Amino acid sequence: MKNKKRLEEQFFLWIMRAVTASIILVFFLILLVILQKGWRALSWQMVSEVPEGGFYFGKSGGILNAIIGSLYLALGSTFLAVLIGLPVALGMNIHFVRKKRWVSALRFLLDALWGVPTIVFGAFGFAIMTYFHLRASLLAGIITVTLFIVPIFIRALDEALRTIPIGLLEGSYSMGATKTRTAYSVFFRQALPGFISALLLAFGRSIGDAASVLFTAGYTDQIPHSLQDPTATLPLAIFFQLSSAIPEVKQRAYAAALILTGIILFISLISRLATRKFKKNIL
Amino acid sequence: MSDNIISIKNLKVDAGNAPILKNINLEIPRNKITVLLGPSGCGKTTLLKCLNRLTDLHPQLKVSGQVLIDGEDIFHPKQNITRVRQKMGLLSQKPFPLPMSIYKNITYGLKIKGIKDKKQLQSIVEQNLDDAGLWEEVKDRLHAPATRLSIGQQQRLCLARGLAVGPEIILADEPTSALDPISSRKIEEKFLDLKNSYTLIAVTHILRQAKRLADHIVFIYLGEVVEQGTPDAIFNNPQTAILKEYLQSGH
Repeated sequence: MKNKKRLEEQFFLWIMRAVTASIILVFFLILLVILQKGWRALSWQMVSEVPEGGFYFGKSGGILNAIIGSLYLALGSTFLAVLIGLPVALGMNIHFVRKKRWVSALRFLLDALWGVPTIVFGAFGFAIMTYFHLRASLLAGIITVTLFIVPIFIRALDEALRTIPIGLLEGSYSMGATKTRTAYSVFFRQALPGFISALLLAFGRSIGDAASVLFTAGYTDQIPHSLQDPTATLPLAIFFQLSSAIPEVKQRAYAAALILTGIILFISLISRLATRKFKKNIL
Repeated sequence: MSDNIISIKNLKVDAGNAPILKNINLEIPRNKITVLLGPSGCGKTTLLKCLNRLTDLHPQLKVSGQVLIDGEDIFHPKQNITRVRQKMGLLSQKPFPLPMSIYKNITYGLKIKGIKDKKQLQSIVEQNLDDAGLWEEVKDRLHAPATRLSIGQQQRLCLARGLAVGPEIILADEPTSALDPISSRKIEEKFLDLKNSYTLIAVTHILRQAKRLADHIVFIYLGEVVEQGTPDAIFNNPQTAILKEYLQSGH
């Protein structure tokens, strides 16, 4: 009997080890493939110049247009998503805590929106644009991307806020704090790691999505100078170059993928380090 | 001033269709320790939470009746809830320090009151940590996170932050249930010190603790006040069968 339990423990322990290892393996395989295929095309020129004539046939130039475009787009939409999402998520857990039915309806709605494919958001954005006779632009891209990352951001933060014990809320209230003060100086601090995760999730989705920006932000070889300019993005740079038949261009697609992955890893690392200081206060 | 700081009139609390408190009428004496005694689930905690309107947090609770504190009805719709809550310090079953430093845990309530002067804040922090019996243990690490304190220290920190807002009443909901005997004893000793300047209302189901602390005991059973009186009357001369049974099984 004792032996059987031990065997069972061992069995599940090894299953866990195996799946964990396979996840790490997949991560490194992805890195390895883009490194191996892309590092030769990666050069200073690649990250510091915009495409020149004949770039898409293997001539010289870089993808600075897409790097800058992606950063503008992702930072802009993540900023908007936090601006909209933070009050909503805090409100769902503090101000409207008495309206349980309303809040769970909202959760359901947001989950449904999370599941909607981004191309649908792209099509929606495109429809709005044609209605107002707008052309593809950075602004249209930011709005479309914001629309699909807001539900992600809210729900991810909401899940973190839901784990906060009600005793903390009572503690804050019992000292006379208002709901809003409790929300921003207690709940927000307590949920800071969850907030960072939600932020990274939203940022990662916004910088990595191709479908929603295809029709809304467009594509251009120039760096955008205003919100009305069409904007190139890294995922589309990968997409266009990868579909080329020319080996040099294909290689550049992998280099672009490498840059995209690098940006995401860099931002993740920085934000984790930056919030380490605050983490010690958490219950 | 009357001798009763709180008077509860026809207080009823319902959760859905189930009554939690049925028509409570109670007077709480000033500068005394009143102990709410009773088995688990009898409504002690709910009664305590009605007193500073933490029942607002729970949508399923329907509250009716009156709670008069210094003659003011706290459930009056125009009542200033911040002022009502700052009249009371709360100790919960488990301490919940705010996610900030020890120092800021105490200044939190003060800043709500609008106190900004640094020197004044510093002296209030020191005074209240001292009153809660924590100053000597934390004076060198006031800016360390409150969560690094032991659970007994956290509970005294929660007492200190409650005292800092200058309340008249201290509400304690089984304040020692998560603590070891030594930490519990420290809290109990503090309570006996504090009753000179505060009115204390403590919920407990530990009979010995009730005996040690109480000036006035209210025995609650199934949402009703069954019996109340001095510890002597309650423990040595119980009137009702249910209290007799409770006292017997508790020993």
